[in-house]
Amino acid sequence: MSVTDTYQPTPDTGGPAQPLIRVTGLQKYFPVRGGILGRTQAKVQAVDGVSFEVKKGETLGIVGESGCGKSTTAKLLIGLVEKDKGEIVFDGHALGERLSLKELRRGVQMVFQDSYATLNPRLTILDSVAFGAKVQGLDNPEELARKMMDRVGLDPDRFAHRYPHELSGGQRQRVNIARALAMSPRLVVLDEAVSALDKSVEAQVLNLLNDLRAEFGLTYVFISHDLNVVRYISDRILVMYLGEVVEVAPVDSIWQEQAHPYTRSLFSAMPSMDPDNRTKEPPLAGDPPNPINPPSGCRFHTRCRFASAVCKEAVPKLAGLARNGDHMVACHLHDAQSGHPKAGQGVPE
Amino acid sequence: MAMADSTTLPTPEKVEKSKGYWSGVGHRLVRDPLTMFCLAVVAALILSAAFAPYLGLADPYKGSMIARLKPIGAPGYPLGTDEQGRDMLARLIYGGRLTLFIGLMPVVIAFFAGSVLGITAGYVGGLTNTIIMRTIDVFFAFPSVLLAIAISGALGAGITNSLVSLTIVFIPPITRVAEAVTSGVRKLDYIDAARATGANAWTVIRVHVIGNVLSPIFVYATSLTSVCMILAAGLSFLGIGVRPPEPEWGLMLNTLRSVIYVNPWLSALPGVMIFVTSLCLNLLSDGLRSAMNVRD
Repeated sequence: MSVTDTYQPTPDTGGPAQPLIRVTGLQKYFPVRGGILGRTQAKVQAVDGVSFEVKKGETLGIVGESGCGKSTTAKLLIGLVEKDKGEIVFDGHALGERLSLKELRRGVQMVFQDSYATLNPRLTILDSVAFGAKVQGLDNPEELARKMMDRVGLDPDRFAHRYPHELSGGQRQRVNIARALAMSPRLVVLDEAVSALDKSVEAQVLNLLNDLRAEFGLTYVFISHDLNVVRYISDRILVMYLGEVVEVAPVDSIWQEQAHPYTRSLFSAMPSMDPDNRTKEPPLAGDPPNPINPPSGCRFHTRCRFASAVCKEAVPKLAGLARNGDHMVACHLHDAQSGHPKAGQGVPE
Repeated sequence: MAMADSTTLPTPEKVEKSKGYWSGVGHRLVRDPLTMFCLAVVAALILSAAFAPYLGLADPYKGSMIARLKPIGAPGYPLGTDEQGRDMLARLIYGGRLTLFIGLMPVVIAFFAGSVLGITAGYVGGLTNTIIMRTIDVFFAFPSVLLAIAISGALGAGITNSLVSLTIVFIPPITRVAEAVTSGVRKLDYIDAARATGANAWTVIRVHVIGNVLSPIFVYATSLTSVCMILAAGLSFLGIGVRPPEPEWGLMLNTLRSVIYVNPWLSALPGVMIFVTSLCLNLLSDGLRSAMNVRD
C-alpha cells in the first residue's frame, strides 16, 4: 500500500473548472487598544478588500514587503484569524453557509515559517504529525502519519519518537509538511515555508513540494518575499501592497512586464546575477506608510514616481491589461479613463 | 508493518529515544543526590506520620506531672517531654499527621482549582480572563497571613475551617501563575497549528496546552507547600487552627514558648521539624523543576 492509497482528501465537488478557493472582498482590521479602559483607539488595516481565486492544481504565489498583509491573508484563508468582511468559497461551498470552519480546515492546511515554534516541544514527532488526522477522524491516523513522514524523507523508525529540538531546521520543516499532508488537504497554504532554511535545504524542500503537488493533486498558496523562489514554484503571482492586491498575473507575463510601479520596484530590488546587467531603477526609499492610516486613493502614491493628482483621490480598480486579460493590475496608468496624464500608456521607463 | 520493521531493526537512537517524558524525568531525578535525599526525608516524614500508631511510640496525649520537661536524651524519653510530661518524640511524629495534612491538602486542592481557572483565563482570554483575573486580584490585596486569619476567624476555629481558609489563600497565586504561563503558550505557533487542524478548544488544551504549562504550575505549587505548612502552623500558634491537646507542630511551638528559658532545645524541636520539612520541600521542588526540563 503506497502513500497515495492512504491519502484521504475530501471529494471534488465542482469539477476542474471551478476554482478550489475563491475569496472576495476579504477584509481584516486589527484593533489597536490603549488607554485605561482598553478602548479601540485605531485600526490596523492589515487586509483590505482582497479578492482572488486559485484554480485546482495551480500554485498561487503571494509576494510583497513585510507588513503588507501576506501572513494575515494566509491566516484568514484557514480561519486562524476571523475575517471582518468578505467571502471565502472553498470548492463552491461558502464558509459559514455550506461549510463549517472544521470542514474548511479539513480541506485547507498550512505550513508556517518558524519550523520550531510550530511544533509542540513536548510531543514526539509522530504525535504531532498524527494529531490533525486524529482530530478529523481519518482512518489509521498513525499509519498515515508514518507513511507521510516516510514520503517527506524522514525515516519513521528513526524519527517517530524524537522530540522537535532533536531535529535540524530542514527536518523540522519536513515534519511540518508531513503534518499538513497527514490531514489529506486539497489546498496547502505555505506561509514563508522555506524562508528560514538555508539555500541547499530550501532547494530540497521546494523540489519535495513540487513532487508532493503532483503526487497528491495539491493546490498551493505560496507566500514568500523571495521572488526567485516564487517564480520557481508558482503558476501565477499576486503582489500585495499595504493590505491590497496591486497586481495578479501568470509568472511568465509578470516576469516580462511588471505592470504596476510597485511590482517593478520590487523586481528591480532583486539582485542581478549578471554584473553587466545591474539594477538600473532606484529601489524604493523608506518604509511603507502606516497601515493604521493608509494613504488615500492609490495606497502606493506616496512612494510612486509616476503619481499624479488622480492617484491621491481615486482608488484604482484591479482590471485586466488590454493586451492580456489574465494580467490584472490596479493602477491608473493602465486605465485610459482614469484621468492620469499618462493614462493608457503603461508604466514609463 | 512499520512496527514490525522497528522491532527487527532497532537503530540505537530509537532505543534511547523511545522512553516517555515521565520516565526521562524520573531518570534525571534519580541522578540528583540532593533531590533524592530531600525526597527520602519527606517520604520518611509522611510514612512515619501515616504509620505512627504502629511504631510502638508512647501515647502522645498521656501526660505525667513528675516527668515534665525532661531534657533531650533523658532515659525513656529520647527527645524529652513537654510542659505536661508528654513524650516529645511521639508528639512530633503524631503531630506530623495533622501538620502535613493541613500543609499539603490546601495546596493540592488549590493546584487543581487554580490550574483550571488560570488555564481557562489564559486560553480563552478576553472578558473571561478579565472576570477571573480581576476577582483574583481582590484576594491579592490582602497579605496571605492576614487573609487566612480573617477567613479562619470568620469561619471559626477548627481543622476544616483552616483547611478551607488556606485553600482560598493559595488559589489566587496559583491561578495567576497558570494564567501567565498559559497566555504565553497560547500565543505560540504550535497552538495556531493545532487550531488549524480543526480541533476544538478542549482538545487543543488537553494535548498541547496542559503538557506545556503544568510543570511550571506544579513546581510553583510544590514551593507553596512549605509556605502553607508554616501558615498552618501559624494559625495553630495563634489559636485559630488546631486546638489543644491535638499534637500539631505550630501549636506545640506555641505551648512550648512558655518554657523557652527552662529548656530552649526542647521548645525549638517543633520549629526544627517545620524548618526541615519546608526546606526539603523547597529543594525537592527545585530538583523537580530542573528534572522536568526536557532540553538538556
